[in-house]
Amino acid sequence: MTADAGVVVVGASAAGLSVTETLRRDGFDGPITLIGDENQPPYDRPPLSKEVLAGTWPEDKLKLREADSIAALNLDLRLGVRADSVDTASRAVTLSDGSQVRYRDLVIATGVRPRRLPGTDAVAGVHVLRTLDDARRLRTELARHPRLVIVGAGFLGAEVASVARAAGATVTLVSDVDAPLSDVLGNELGRLLVDVHVEHGVQIHTGVRVVGIATEDGRATGVHLADGTTLAADAVLVAIGSIPNTEWLAGSGIPTGDGVLCDEYCRAAPGVWAAGDVASWHHVDIGERIRVEHRTNAAEQGLAVARNILAGSSPAPFVPVPYIWSDQYDLKIQIYGLPRGADSFTVTDGSVGDRELVAVYGKGGRARAAVGINMIRPLRTARALVAAQTDLTSIRNERVTA
Amino acid sequence: MHITVDETKCCAAGQCVFAAPDIFDQREDDGIVILLNADPPEDQWEGARQAAAVCPAVAIEVQE
Repeated sequence: MTADAGVVVVGASAAGLSVTETLRRDGFDGPITLIGDENQPPYDRPPLSKEVLAGTWPEDKLKLREADSIAALNLDLRLGVRADSVDTASRAVTLSDGSQVRYRDLVIATGVRPRRLPGTDAVAGVHVLRTLDDARRLRTELARHPRLVIVGAGFLGAEVASVARAAGATVTLVSDVDAPLSDVLGNELGRLLVDVHVEHGVQIHTGVRVVGIATEDGRATGVHLADGTTLAADAVLVAIGSIPNTEWLAGSGIPTGDGVLCDEYCRAAPGVWAAGDVASWHHVDIGERIRVEHRTNAAEQGLAVARNILAGSSPAPFVPVPYIWSDQYDLKIQIYGLPRGADSFTVTDGSVGDRELVAVYGKGGRARAAVGINMIRPLRTARALVAAQTDLTSIRNERVTA
Repeated sequence: MHITVDETKCCAAGQCVFAAPDIFDQREDDGIVILLNADPPEDQWEGARQAAAVCPAVAIEVQE
């Protein structure tokens, strides 16, 4: 193919799709190639650990766009094929089917993959959760009411614990930190969440490392802990974080580290951009390099990258107020900003005891994040404090920390 | 322009309210989207498009 080089987007999930849609909406009529390694049209991931795992949604509801909407984008859509390497000198991407695609602008939206326990890839009954296929496999296990051990107590593990309890599984959460669920939200709300899980019958082991998986005939039968205990298990979910998919960029000169290292415009090199889970960029308002593995950021960053591609010599810095949410039992947890790294915690509405609250997290006396639990409108007000990095002195005087 | 929302997909993020406050609101109790105006005037179209683009639950559809 010797057609004009256009925009090549590697990664056909939320971020990649957002790039292509924004380019078209804003008038770009050149060629766009969208490459996805999963052999299905773009679909949404947050419901995988919620409605899809619970079986309350048909899988059809996951698709990010109807087929005719995608067709209307006039893409060269290549699904079920991986990008293997990129040559920045000739501006070409080589795909796993041997073909090459030339680009004027390249968008890296290859996301992340689950971190696994070493040596457990081939062990039946050991699961990770990232793709629709992963969710289907885990859902099949849950239908057997297993003893499920969840390794890692972040949001993903906690959401699965919630769904699995409702499905009748016996659930044990294992975390190597002393205060699970606290690494993002801090001790106060971490404790609240631990209490809620315990009330729902989840057993929690904290401060202990997993050292291996017990197997019988190639299938998991338990989880070995560093203190010598073995937890019996019919199924294991490993939810210990993710690894950015950047290996294919090795040798390309595109800077990588914890993800693709971009400037404040989400640009990693001339004509090379990144969006979504894989993108690390300098957030000039927060004053830190950050990488956000959450759904809202994928759409917003894809949009920002598309606009910067079209902006030529006058790109705009990407300065969102990050937003994430998690559903656990009857709790809706919503977070604006980055609670991690905060040095103050103030409940501004409701209370921890009522499990309805808004809390503002500060750093250096300024609002850094706002977290709501089952509280909607007051959280919107608190978000404005985060967006403006408001001085918190007045707020603290008004309401003493709970 | 005509806007439709799918309340069963809405995840109560409220991003639409920030993008287009004259078109969207949220229910008080659970934050689910309320469509205030399914047929907004032209000066609000860009906000509507932005809301549909950033909705993290893909719950907003804009027909033009």
